[in-house]
Amino acid sequence: MEPIIEIRNLTYRYPTADKNIFTNLSLTIHRGELCSIIGPNGAGKTTLCNVIRGFIPHFYKGDFQGNVTIDGKNTKDLTIGELALKIGFVFQNPFTQISGVADTVFEEVSFGLENMGVEASKIRERVEEVLALTKIESLRDRNPFELSGGQLQRVALASIIVMEPEILVIDEPTSQLDPEGTEEVFEIIKQMKEKKKTIVLVEHKMELIAEYSDHIVLIDDGKIVLEGSCEEVLTNEQVLKHGTLLPQFAMLGLEMNKQGMRLGRIPVTEKQARDEITAFLEYRRRVTDV
Amino acid sequence: MSSFLSLENISFVYPNGHSALEDVTMHIEKGERVAIIGQNGAGKTTAAKLMNGLNKPTTGDVWIDGWNTKEYTTAQISRKVGYVFQNPDDQIFHHRVYDEIAFGPKNLKLSEQEIEKNVHEAAEMVKIRDLLEENPYDLPLSIRKFVTTASVIAMNPQVIILDEPTAGQDKMGLETLANVIDQLVEQEKTVITITHDMEFVASNFHRTMVMAHRNKIADGDTKEIFWNHAILKEAGVKPPYISRLSQSLGLKEGILEISDFIEQIKKEKRG
Repeated sequence: MEPIIEIRNLTYRYPTADKNIFTNLSLTIHRGELCSIIGPNGAGKTTLCNVIRGFIPHFYKGDFQGNVTIDGKNTKDLTIGELALKIGFVFQNPFTQISGVADTVFEEVSFGLENMGVEASKIRERVEEVLALTKIESLRDRNPFELSGGQLQRVALASIIVMEPEILVIDEPTSQLDPEGTEEVFEIIKQMKEKKKTIVLVEHKMELIAEYSDHIVLIDDGKIVLEGSCEEVLTNEQVLKHGTLLPQFAMLGLEMNKQGMRLGRIPVTEKQARDEITAFLEYRRRVTDV
Repeated sequence: MSSFLSLENISFVYPNGHSALEDVTMHIEKGERVAIIGQNGAGKTTAAKLMNGLNKPTTGDVWIDGWNTKEYTTAQISRKVGYVFQNPDDQIFHHRVYDEIAFGPKNLKLSEQEIEKNVHEAAEMVKIRDLLEENPYDLPLSIRKFVTTASVIAMNPQVIILDEPTAGQDKMGLETLANVIDQLVEQEKTVITITHDMEFVASNFHRTMVMAHRNKIADGDTKEIFWNHAILKEAGVKPPYISRLSQSLGLKEGILEISDFIEQIKKEKRG
């Protein structure tokens, strides 16, 4: 797989801070992968998102060293406008993202394309497509500010997706949503993954991360402390020591192992847990029968 | 028989005619901890706002420690029932954490010494003692939520309602929260938690109320609630991950947590 986001020896300090948030941090994210950034609050997850989308160093100044490239181009050399076309950023709080100038969901979702100078008939076509994809057609004439949090988060996602950025950076999209809203957001993320978009996701719900991620990056105190696939990172008890949860299924598997009930592998998803425990129970039944 | 906190045949209709609760009855005792679950729009927050007097019932009565909320102002009731909003930004309005937490005790006309004591104890309990001089708006959302929790605790109410306390919390935040609830209950406070986080319910609450379509549709032992498929289906709620797994493996009913699951697996061995 070909790298799309490359961070090399990044050292960064916020303008008024007295210490670096990152020192010599390096990270490669490949095209088409869903990379989840996990770690305790305050570890630097949102700052890393801001580095990837070029908000650092373009908007937040401070002491910035090292190189961040998107598709081989240094973010320092790109303008905020160029970066925005390549990288769509979905805010944690959709109320912060909504433009406030649109009276309807349809207008809100059109806003980005209008600013890009896309032709009107093309805008209508693309907005229709995205409304269908994100299942918000029924909300098209509603005022964005009259929607529930879950509905508004889908509008926020649609407003970004419609611009067809290659990379999506999504910062805690579900922390204020109910289970239904959370599922709807992940349904959209899944569809973006199928469209081979590169997705950088910050999220606390580990069971969902385990379900969808290709690549996990655990950061704590500004350092990448673990990195790898779901199976590599989300079965590692070290994650807990870094103030971060593991999926319930991994916690179960680890605890069973500790009590001498060895599973073939530590499961991270519900399906893996079902398969592993079924196999374990069958094996034990056979052994007892003999 | 009257409970410490009771909603008796409550209906609530918003001024715009929208009916949010229909004939709901709840009884909660002193020192009890109760989780309220259900989808958005089920009436959970409306019920909570009836308990702290922000809403007054359209029909029926709400009793708190012998007071009928209709006969008291919201300000008076807030001495007895504290409500921590889902969104801390609906609640915070000071530029210093200390002032934010001290606001309630000051309004209760406590002495300077008492105010300081309450602020420090509350900050200690939610583990933000080092942040008292900070501006709340410079803190992350997850910590701002603890600031608002401390503001309510510092008023020393008998009932504390937490609305979606686990949203956006990391492992440490969840542990702190569980610990705060334990301490409050030890002090004989009643803690009512509205939440979508079923793992948090499973590990911290023995009693759960389920709300759906403007009604309370179940109230009882958390174990029984999470294994009552009909109720969960009606409420549109999913049980904790470990319960779901147990169910798909055909294990015994009533499993909520990893420890229950492992105990059961051990028994299966013998059986």
